[in-house]
Amino acid sequence: MYRYDEYDHAFVAERVAQFRDQVRRRLAGELTEDEFKPLRLQNGLYLQLHAYMLRIAIPYGTLSSKQFRMLAHIARRYDRGYGHFTTRQNLQFNWIRLEDAPDALADLAKVEMHAIQTSGNCIRNVTADHWAGVAIDEIEDPRIWCEIIRQWSTVHPEFSFLPRKFKIAVTGSPNDRAAVRVHDIGLRMLRDEQGEPGFEVIVGGGLGRTPMIGKTIRAFLPKQDLLSYLEAIMRVYNRYGRRDNIYKARIKILVHEIGAEEMRRQVEEEWEQIRGGALDLPQDVIDGIARHFAPPPYQVQPVFAPETERLRFEDRDFALWLRSNVVPHRQPGYAIVNLSLKPEGAPPGDSSAAQMDAVADLADAYSFGEIRVTHEQNLVLPHVAVADLPAVWRGLVRIGFATPNLGLVSDIIACPGLDYCALANARAIPVAQRISTRFADLARQHDIGELKIKISGCINACGHHHVGHIGILGVDKNGTEFYQITLGGHAGDDVSLGSIVGPAVPADQVVEAIESLVDTYLKERRDGERFLDTYRRVGTAPFKERLYAPA
Amino acid sequence: MAKNLTGTLQIVTANRLRDGQVVFLTRSGEWTSDIARAAVARDEAAAQRLLAIGTVAAAESRIVEPYLTAVREDGDSVVPVSLRERIRAQGLTFAAISADATRYL
Ligand code: HEM
Ligand code: SF4
Repeated sequence: MYRYDEYDHAFVAERVAQFRDQVRRRLAGELTEDEFKPLRLQNGLYLQLHAYMLRIAIPYGTLSSKQFRMLAHIARRYDRGYGHFTTRQNLQFNWIRLEDAPDALADLAKVEMHAIQTSGNCIRNVTADHWAGVAIDEIEDPRIWCEIIRQWSTVHPEFSFLPRKFKIAVTGSPNDRAAVRVHDIGLRMLRDEQGEPGFEVIVGGGLGRTPMIGKTIRAFLPKQDLLSYLEAIMRVYNRYGRRDNIYKARIKILVHEIGAEEMRRQVEEEWEQIRGGALDLPQDVIDGIARHFAPPPYQVQPVFAPETERLRFEDRDFALWLRSNVVPHRQPGYAIVNLSLKPEGAPPGDSSAAQMDAVADLADAYSFGEIRVTHEQNLVLPHVAVADLPAVWRGLVRIGFATPNLGLVSDIIACPGLDYCALANARAIPVAQRISTRFADLARQHDIGELKIKISGCINACGHHHVGHIGILGVDKNGTEFYQITLGGHAGDDVSLGSIVGPAVPADQVVEAIESLVDTYLKERRDGERFLDTYRRVGTAPFKERLYAPA
Repeated sequence: MAKNLTGTLQIVTANRLRDGQVVFLTRSGEWTSDIARAAVARDEAAAQRLLAIGTVAAAESRIVEPYLTAVREDGDSVVPVSLRERIRAQGLTFAAISADATRYL
């Protein structure tokens, strides 16, 4: 795992000390709120409805058990005992007191964590495939490149005051699990004809009020050119990105206005000036960073574990869990275990301190002390021996993280919504809870198959509703919560944005509406079709007809 | 932000600086988390007077972002008109998991 160097240590420690002083001055009345707000935001501290919220960066979603225990400690000591894992592979604490924030950050720094680049118009925490380093289809570990980008972009003077926030996602496999086409820059690893790995460079994707699918401006970029090419993109954006209108400031608007071809031309022109210069990555530097992501010391493990097989035949729940939550690992004899943070009726992505400690213990015992956070608000134990699967499963059952619903109708993404968020129009979490409760029957969920529901409490789209197979957007109609439903969004390689199915429905009819959409799918589907396939074949009409049919 | 809706009754609310907690301005100029103790303005002039007290408190760095919000009377207390403000006053609309729980109930 990547370890901080001396520079990082000193930098983070200095930031904590600086923030401690700023908080002291604010509490003493020496700084006004206008002066202080940008300072706290630079340290990941937002003011929400009920309290301050601290957003903690989890670079490329990778955590050690020691870091995870520190998150549990912070939850207990400074919060109300739980945290919320988000679609940006971050963790948010919802009940932080301003006067405690410097202490919380100091505790975080003890385990090499911080809240830098979780807010503001900078290059945000870079996200990655949560199965990085273990996925069977992976070409190279994307975290090496995320880390290179992190080192280049952190407090980069040229990129600390961009027109708007900037999000980069990297997948090390041709199969996108990091939603690279809906980020400001998406990098997708592939091989050229000679078999050399490089990146497809996708620019100008994004969600929010103007959702856009990113455009490929370079089909293949050799790896060593990555930083100079990214810098060229950032320069073009910095020069032409609109600072006059916050709603038009994202790079997606620039790409949309000038067109992908013109964007490509500008970037290539800029790149010609700087390529082959100081940003060229020498192989030994790449190798040095890559060593931090070297695989753990796997042992030779039986691929066939009798105890695991026996339990598979004897216990239906275990068999179901293996089928939906466990996926093959690139190392024979190991498996990737996905933890569902979506137990029946629970707020998606929330974990108590006790659950965090238990996950850390399981990681130590069975996953080389490593844990991942996914953008679908779940966790991963990335390296579990096949023979250990029964023990891990029992451990997860005990803490409620073994629901076999990965990718199914109750594996819902929901933003904090009106229960927490100062920008919200409507609640998101209680809607997710009600849908999850309605569809609790696991046999039915497995029969329905892959179906991704994503809920946002306002147009900012933090809950990714545009790329939900069923997207739910909270709107406010004269002070009452309504929900606009979209169909057919998808965040994978064959990305698509959802289409609005019809007029928004009142809060008390959302669950019925989802039920109706699922029924239509079940009626229309042909053999082997997932919800998305059926939707793409038949379109919105049959769904709409049934949904709005007079009762 | 849902500030003054249509109601004629208004109170001043804000977040306390040091911990972010939701607070309401009382008749005696204190800030309380108990909405039942909030000073209620019955006309616009009274509302502006309350808001002016809030603005001074913000300048004194006791609270952050004071604003008026419409309420209706409810027995001995008042209830905000907007859902957002009801959630601020009453807390989450679902039960959050507690520190030692290993199950969400
Ligand atoms: C509660 C405090 C939050 C605030 C104030 C906030 C604010 C915003 C705003 C203003 C945007 C729109 C940006 C734009 O279109 O230019 C946005 C987008 C987004 N936020 Fe949040 N957000 C919050 C929480 C979250 C959470 C909890 C998550 C993860 C679950 C999240 C993930 C995202 C994502 C994925 C997007 C859309 C991607 C994009 O930038 O295009 N945010 N947020
Ligand atoms: S989508 Fe809207 S309501 Fe949900 S977290 Fe983002 S800003 Fe808040």
